[in-house]
Amino acid sequence: MNAAPAMNDPILSVEHLSMKFGGLVAIGDLSFEARRGEITALIGPNGAGKTTVFNCITGFYKPSEGMITLTRRDGSQHLLERLPDFQIPAKAKVARTFQNIRLFSGMTLLENLLVAQHNKLMAASGYTLLGLFGIGGYHKASAESIELAKYWLDKADLTSRADDPAGDLPYGAQRRLEIARAMCTGPELLCLDEPAAGLNPRESNALNELLQGIKATSGTSILLIEHDMSVVMQISDHVVVLEYGRKISDGDPTSVKSDPRVIAAYLGVDDTEVTDVLAEVGDVHVIEQLDGEPDRAHGPTDSASMMAGPVSDTIGHSDDKGELVLVEDGASKAGQYDRLSALANALAAPKGGTPDKLTLIKGIGPVNERKLHEHGIFHFEQIAAWSEADIEAAEAYLEFDGRISRENWVGQAKALAAGGER
Amino acid sequence: MTAISPDHIERTTPAQRALREALYAGVISFGLFVLLIGLKSDQNIRNELILVQRWGLLAIVVALVMAGRFATVAYLQPYFAARKAEKAKAAPVSADAEKTFFWKHWTKIAIAALFLYPVVIYQLVGLQGSLKWVDNFGIQILIYVMLAWGLNIVVGLAGLLDLGYVAFYAVGAYSYALLASEFGWSFWILLPAAGLMAAFWGVILGFPVLRLRGDYLAIVTLAFGEIIRLVLINWREVTNGTTGISGIPKVTFFGLFDFDVSSPFYIAKVFDIPQSGVYYKIFLYYLILLLALLTAFVTIRLRRLPVGRAWEALREDEIACRSLGINTTNTKLTAFAIGAMFGGFAGAFFAARQGFVSPESFVFLESAIILAIVVLGGMGSLTGIAIAALVMIGGTEILRELHFLKAVFGQDFTPELYRMLLFGMAMVIVMLWKPRGFVGSREPTAFLHKSKAVSSSFTKEGHG
Repeated sequence: MNAAPAMNDPILSVEHLSMKFGGLVAIGDLSFEARRGEITALIGPNGAGKTTVFNCITGFYKPSEGMITLTRRDGSQHLLERLPDFQIPAKAKVARTFQNIRLFSGMTLLENLLVAQHNKLMAASGYTLLGLFGIGGYHKASAESIELAKYWLDKADLTSRADDPAGDLPYGAQRRLEIARAMCTGPELLCLDEPAAGLNPRESNALNELLQGIKATSGTSILLIEHDMSVVMQISDHVVVLEYGRKISDGDPTSVKSDPRVIAAYLGVDDTEVTDVLAEVGDVHVIEQLDGEPDRAHGPTDSASMMAGPVSDTIGHSDDKGELVLVEDGASKAGQYDRLSALANALAAPKGGTPDKLTLIKGIGPVNERKLHEHGIFHFEQIAAWSEADIEAAEAYLEFDGRISRENWVGQAKALAAGGER
Repeated sequence: MTAISPDHIERTTPAQRALREALYAGVISFGLFVLLIGLKSDQNIRNELILVQRWGLLAIVVALVMAGRFATVAYLQPYFAARKAEKAKAAPVSADAEKTFFWKHWTKIAIAALFLYPVVIYQLVGLQGSLKWVDNFGIQILIYVMLAWGLNIVVGLAGLLDLGYVAFYAVGAYSYALLASEFGWSFWILLPAAGLMAAFWGVILGFPVLRLRGDYLAIVTLAFGEIIRLVLINWREVTNGTTGISGIPKVTFFGLFDFDVSSPFYIAKVFDIPQSGVYYKIFLYYLILLLALLTAFVTIRLRRLPVGRAWEALREDEIACRSLGINTTNTKLTAFAIGAMFGGFAGAFFAARQGFVSPESFVFLESAIILAIVVLGGMGSLTGIAIAALVMIGGTEILRELHFLKAVFGQDFTPELYRMLLFGMAMVIVMLWKPRGFVGSREPTAFLHKSKAVSSSFTKEGHG
């Protein structure tokens, strides 16, 4: 095999990944890379397909198209889309946690961590036959596995509760236990599905510490889905942003944070003052309540989540013959941003330093005026020169269905522009 | 209103209240039974429809209801209330450190008692008298204990609801019956063979049901049980149909001596003791006791091995299992195979004990009884299941002994005909009283500091 790959080589590379449920495109042509030893965050508004990406990586879904390559430390490469789900943790060393915690609630913490070491112990027990008669190295392997469990219990700060049932733990501790359990499989890539969801600030800090500890000591690379921006910005080295199953941004946290496409996707293209404040606060939940909720009719439905039912019910639904339902034009907020930026006659700054008073046009209020300014529309003659396509883009962006043409902004602008000249 | 009621309660003693409640109960039961019991439509000698009046019987029933209600309110309820209060008071004092010698070592004591049981019975009622107690009670109960422990692996540990377990029992029984009577092979060779055969069929059943869960799994396993039974009935060339196979050879004591009166190595001849059929029964008792203990031992060992933990993890959450790299297919199949194997052992034993097998012995009711024992005992708990088997099977057997009931209900009364009624009632009562079975809690398989039983509120029953 090749020489052992250096740090910062890609551990996971996702190429042209597509996942279709019937006619619904949950992920469309997604490519990104996660580098070894880094924390890569996968973010995006609700229903952007983040969990679907995870389910493809960890084998719970078989992607409709694309290639997911995992390169292990020893240089061996595994095509995850071809491995059965249970072999992905076993052979490719990818472990995962779940959005809604899936612990073995009736088993103790220690047992939870021992179950995670199943494959190792199974081999040590001679596939049960030798272990049943107490022959072979099972005893030693069992003691070793308890040591490993102890190590991770200690890391997750749960040693004192090792003999309690997992279902008895508070929520934050359950999250940490799930991560500890995933780490007990000895993974090279750890996939965390919203690890900070529902945690209070103290628990969230404890989680950050655990993740930083994992990154620093075990050399495990982490791929995480997160909604909590403060967690993402604090701990991740690399951020990939999804919207409606498509990648809209990719880079380090600071560049992603200031990417207008991301802001548009997350916050909606909206009143800048409010959004600026909210973005500074990092309070995504408030922003979501304002605007972040995607249109159910266009985004993936709830049942796109594997958690909606038994796995057997959700796997294998992708059907090439099914009607292809693409996300409707204009549903993607990042897309709206792109199109508006492309308005034919945008200016960098108002001519002569002062913009025209756009509110004179009937139908444009102060909020819309500011929005238009933001996109380089300052003067009546700019609006007067709008083509059909420009009007449509502006309508989609301002969410004014047909209002611009109905109210004849262009006509009004022409009149006002002429009046201004006169 | 609020001012009156406390006085009112103070003034009524339990006896007064009981009297009042008994009256109400009497009125209600009279209203209920006046037409059901008081009047009966019948035919007279001329084939005319007449109305028979049974006021005496009605009076007895109503009086019984009133007496029962009176006793409950006047004595039972205050007694339970007092005991509850006492318990609440005593609770903080008696920590779990206060375990008596008996409770610390009770499994060993119970096993010792089981080994001594035939000896004690022999001392009490003599050689011939002990036949019934060793055979009907000892062997019969232990067969069900073993079957239930075997099914426990599938249902209790792996959480796969199996309604066709009796099929494996049948496979084991017919394996022994056919191979022993056709080829004359020894029981000691055929016992493992029957187990392997049943395990093989366990895997055969396992494959198609891997994708199924819950109710769907239950239906397919039920169907599997019926298929096996129908094959046994209809494949006459091999199984001799409904007539069954008789004259199945008895078990020998490892070839040293046997229990066949005509054989030169008959036990009575070898040891020069009087002839009796009881020797064989006592031998079988120890045999099934050892087989049952083997089942328990293997179950306990397996729970501490990765495969046993994987079974329980599978019951708790299958998706999480797969995310940890556990091959759930193999895990399910091993659960089916090992559970079936013990069913096969029990079947081979059953054939050797009866000397006769027919499809009649392997009806769905048997599966239901075994499953009921597992559920009543507490899924996953060996102790609870043993107690449930004792109560259920021992209880129905003891009905045959209740001759005094004939004096009460008349000579035609045969109590054993009511066993299914009592079985059902017992199940309803136990499930109301202990919804997760006699022993609902779960013993952890490993611990760091101190082993603490896991309450039933955390464990899951599995999705099938």
